[in-house]
Amino acid sequence: MRKLITPKSVSETQNRTDQNLPKDKLSVAHESAIQHVTGSASYIDDLPEPQNTRYAAIGLTQHAKGKITRLNLDPVRQAPGVIDVIDINDIPGHTDIGPVFKGDPILADHEIRFHGQALFAVLANSVREARQAALLAHYELEEETPILSVEHAHAENTFVRPVHTMSRGDHETAIQNSEHQISGSLTIGGQEHLYLEGQAALAIPSDNSSLIVYSSTQHPSEVQKLIAEVLDWRLHKVNVEIRRMGGAFGGKETQAAQWACLASVLAVRNQCAVKLRLPRAQDMQVTGKRHPFSNHYQVGFNKEGVIQGSNIHINGNCGHSPDLSDAIVDRAMFHCDNAYYLGDCYIEGHRCQTNQVSHTAFRGFGGPQGMIMGEAIIDRIARVIGEDPLTVRKRNYYNEQRNQTHYGMEVEHFSLPQLVQQLEEKSDYWTRREAITVFNNTNPFVKKGLALTPVKFGISFTAQLLNQAGALVHIYTDGSLQVNHGGTEMGQGLHTKIQQIAAHEFGLPLNYIEVTATRTDKVPNTSPTAASSGTDLNGKAVQNACITLKQRLADFISEKYEVSAQSVTFENGKVIAGALSFEFAKLIQDAYVNRIQLSANGFYKTPKIHYARSTGKGRPFFYFANGAAVSEVTLDTLTGEYKVERVDILHDVGNSINPSLDIGQIEGGFIQGMGWLTTEELVWDEKGRLLSQNPATYKIPAIGDLPKIFNVELFDQANPEDTIYHSKAVGEPPFMLAISVWSAIKDAISSLSNYQIDPDLHPPATPEAVLKAIQSIASKTDSKDKNEASQ
Amino acid sequence: MINFLLNDSLISLSDVRPNLTVLEYLREHARLTGTKEGCASGDCGACTVVLAELNTNTQQLEYKSINSCITLVAALHGKQLITIEHLANGKNLHPVQQAMVDHHASQCGFCTPGFVMSMFALYQAQHNKNAKCINRETVEHALSGNLCRCTGYRPILDAALDACQQYQPDKFANNAKQTIHNLATIENGAEVTGICIPESKQALQQAKQDYPKARLVAGGTDIALESTQQYKDFDSVIYLGRVKELNRLEETDTGLVIGAGVTYQMLLPLLVKHFPETEELIQRLGSMPVRNQGTMGGNIANASPIGDTPPLLIALNARIVVDNGTQQRSLPAVGFFTGYRQTQMHDDEWIDSIEIPYRQPNTLLRAYKVSKRFEDDISTVCAVFSVLLNNGKVQQVNVGFGGVAATPMSLNKLGIALHNLEWSSQETLKKGQHILGNAFAPITDVRASAEYRQTLLSNLWHRFWLETHQIATQSVVVRVN
Repeated sequence: MRKLITPKSVSETQNRTDQNLPKDKLSVAHESAIQHVTGSASYIDDLPEPQNTRYAAIGLTQHAKGKITRLNLDPVRQAPGVIDVIDINDIPGHTDIGPVFKGDPILADHEIRFHGQALFAVLANSVREARQAALLAHYELEEETPILSVEHAHAENTFVRPVHTMSRGDHETAIQNSEHQISGSLTIGGQEHLYLEGQAALAIPSDNSSLIVYSSTQHPSEVQKLIAEVLDWRLHKVNVEIRRMGGAFGGKETQAAQWACLASVLAVRNQCAVKLRLPRAQDMQVTGKRHPFSNHYQVGFNKEGVIQGSNIHINGNCGHSPDLSDAIVDRAMFHCDNAYYLGDCYIEGHRCQTNQVSHTAFRGFGGPQGMIMGEAIIDRIARVIGEDPLTVRKRNYYNEQRNQTHYGMEVEHFSLPQLVQQLEEKSDYWTRREAITVFNNTNPFVKKGLALTPVKFGISFTAQLLNQAGALVHIYTDGSLQVNHGGTEMGQGLHTKIQQIAAHEFGLPLNYIEVTATRTDKVPNTSPTAASSGTDLNGKAVQNACITLKQRLADFISEKYEVSAQSVTFENGKVIAGALSFEFAKLIQDAYVNRIQLSANGFYKTPKIHYARSTGKGRPFFYFANGAAVSEVTLDTLTGEYKVERVDILHDVGNSINPSLDIGQIEGGFIQGMGWLTTEELVWDEKGRLLSQNPATYKIPAIGDLPKIFNVELFDQANPEDTIYHSKAVGEPPFMLAISVWSAIKDAISSLSNYQIDPDLHPPATPEAVLKAIQSIASKTDSKDKNEASQ
Repeated sequence: MINFLLNDSLISLSDVRPNLTVLEYLREHARLTGTKEGCASGDCGACTVVLAELNTNTQQLEYKSINSCITLVAALHGKQLITIEHLANGKNLHPVQQAMVDHHASQCGFCTPGFVMSMFALYQAQHNKNAKCINRETVEHALSGNLCRCTGYRPILDAALDACQQYQPDKFANNAKQTIHNLATIENGAEVTGICIPESKQALQQAKQDYPKARLVAGGTDIALESTQQYKDFDSVIYLGRVKELNRLEETDTGLVIGAGVTYQMLLPLLVKHFPETEELIQRLGSMPVRNQGTMGGNIANASPIGDTPPLLIALNARIVVDNGTQQRSLPAVGFFTGYRQTQMHDDEWIDSIEIPYRQPNTLLRAYKVSKRFEDDISTVCAVFSVLLNNGKVQQVNVGFGGVAATPMSLNKLGIALHNLEWSSQETLKKGQHILGNAFAPITDVRASAEYRQTLLSNLWHRFWLETHQIATQSVVVRVN
């Protein structure tokens, strides 16, 4: 008989997880924390390279629009160290790698679509030789005038997808019959992901004409599919693996594929391992950003400031191709209400096509650019009726009578009013409001502002099919488990939570559970790790596999010892059935000897969700995640410089699986959102060239931007829906808490008009934009004073 | 040979290209991949490593964080290069690593090695000082060059405070004697084809003759970008960091003498002692790793219109001493910059030193920088105002500006127009605002519009006046801190 390993008793180890323990015991460190701090966590560029590895680089177009009449790659081919050069004609299979709709040529065809589009790829003996050679190409073109703005796209009627609308009732009459009407516009800047690890892929030819590709991607299954398509292969010949990404934030959902595909084509052509890693400035030019938007509203409200009717136009600048823009503009439309009932309403969403890089997923996925409209509307109403914006927010919440969204979903279990109430008290909102008024009255040059804004964010992919997940769980004969699932680790701690879930299901210490790299040959046909869904979907799939295995073990015990299978429990490293108790590993060995299958897969699909685009009605979201933030700023009216002094956050994550990781998501999301709305400015010139294409010119928050006082707490309430342990998704929702910073800056500026005027402050609120808003409000206040004086 | 300690091992490099960076050396040659490339331009800090060097005065090792991506290997000679792989002592994490784990301060982990190394340098700095002086501000300075896109920094700040506020001798302290001994065995006068590391002024003169095409490199924080961003190759480089004469820092009878090779971080205490109003400007110049590498001499030689020290030197009436080995010339900072990235220097010259005269009593001085981000950002506008008063009346006005034209600028007519005016008068304010609002024709670029820059000039004058005029009421806040 084969010799089995001597099992260790669980009591020899510590580090156990149990949902009944106090919450701080659940706050285990990130599964890779020690590797992170010792530099031993490997990213794509750190992987040991096969001996025959060669290096690729890409050459870019220097124009935004035109037809290429001649392309000369000879100087590239003749450069030192160059092995191979390919353009679109060298792609054996599909040349379009659009993820949902067509429109994304893997390399520029005869038509240039944006400045910095990949035109060719070169393979050389070293990274430096490849990049030097890539600078040597020449092309001639018939240059055309690029379309660079939403307005220009409307004028030229260029859209990547058809318009979509959502409506309820007769908005025009509702607005007309209201006591007050307002209208306004907001241009909203995009955002560079600036994941610290840039795009990278390593493609290695393998046995029997197959490929293994290491790709820094949130969506290995899509990368697998696209590689197979560009090579004209079947999917089963391609394996894609990703252990961890150095940040992604949506930027590696669709846009990691191009580099993996190019590396694969070069690897197969040259039968060598090929690594393609984009240098930062190139990464920033060739990959899409958060969509810039240009939105308009017209709203009618009563004398209490309660919205009666709304007409909101959402215009996403999608860049040159659809990519994920259809769903992104939809999500902006779904969220333009934020937490407020819009009355009779009409929402129109355009997907504008411009000659920019194809804008893509970024934390929030259009939600932020929609949600900020709701807050813009509330701020303006507050100035019209002369009430504190928080008061107006509360009056417009969804409530028992006004409880349906503009897309027909009932807002159930609406905990926001309660949550905001708690935050208001914790943050001392009203006392501070008074202190700020006093400060502003005595200081002519420096002004303070305060704002509380809520977040209600819908959880689920709005494309129903993506709301499914798979898992694979193995138990080995020493009682240790390997867990694999379709989600990817990008820093959010998904693998840590998965490890906790599997450990909890089996009542085992965490070190019994190894979560392995995401691989397309372990769990197939996965969805991207996106839409905050990682734990919701994959956690349930892993739990499902664990339950299958536990049932098999229970049945085995039941049969062997003649006890009820229902009575079998797994806790503290033991399997207990009535009076019987087994060491987990010993039971596993017994099960193995008795030929019980110790491997299972799991599956999950989100219930209840549906949405009909034809009517613009449905329940696209399983539930809503909620939160709220209070931000206080101080600003200098001479320069427009400002500082975020204090932030208080209360956020709803349901039953937290890991409070420390959840707080990490909230804090990180907030600061990233603050960057989007403050210092992060994308600047394109009139030729369509991105000027802010490196971290010297594109400024994400640094450590000094962290608010001096930053209080973050979790709102303690289980998710009423049946999610994994009744937790809630946390990846994206906190990003939008940062709208409170933008609102607080406006509040400070508004003080210059004695809170009569809501300033036009288009994000990002750079010091320059703030000073502009200050000057504009000063001139409006002057003319208002003059008008009043002359009357 | 370029000889240095890589962690504990003595390394000799003989055949490397002149523009090889420390990061390229680590990842591609030494295959130590714990140090990451985030931007290859010194803007993100993922590549941060620490250089330890013997301070000959204190006979102790000094630890400095640097950006390995924009440091050429020539700078390693005679130093210990410490990387993330070397911090833990066997299975025991270094206290800064342990604190990062305990505070949940890593998410994706890619920026983490860089943060750990910056924190490690701060931790070592406590060896010589009183640990109590570590506070939020010192941590912010130490980590100003490290970007994290995941955490929002709060846990990282907490980890740094936690670890650095309780210094315990670590393995580096225990091995210091051995390290000092090993470093002492490294000899001067290293030479590799295309890389020259002179130790004296004479050797520098000789090197310039031997390698007429050579690029002079001090901190290299600017020149390295030509290699890492534009992929240019250099014929040869002369590394200035070991030229004794260029590393002097003196208080003479008449003023400060700052050798061209002195780093920002080295000159900061002396500058602040005499000109405390300039502290914020220098603290906001680049990031800690850049200030540990970069030099005032380099900033002047590059003659960038957006460098932050030329406006300061112009306003402080500084002189720039250039040298060709046989003859020195002393040139006023005003007028030194002749065009976009052009100066009065001749091809055979280098910058020897900067002379800053002590201030006269009754000098009002302010140095302002406005940028999109407070830390580690390039100035939208840099404005340095120095006004000499006599009985409350304006006697002399010296001003320097960056970001307003193709060169750093002064503005003589301001002094002429304000001469003998009462400083606290509205007239001084208004005249200054008017002149400054119309003095220059700045450009619109990625950082700001021309209009904003013009408005800033006028409004910064307003701020200067508010902060310094006698009737300023103390209860009114005139600036966001």
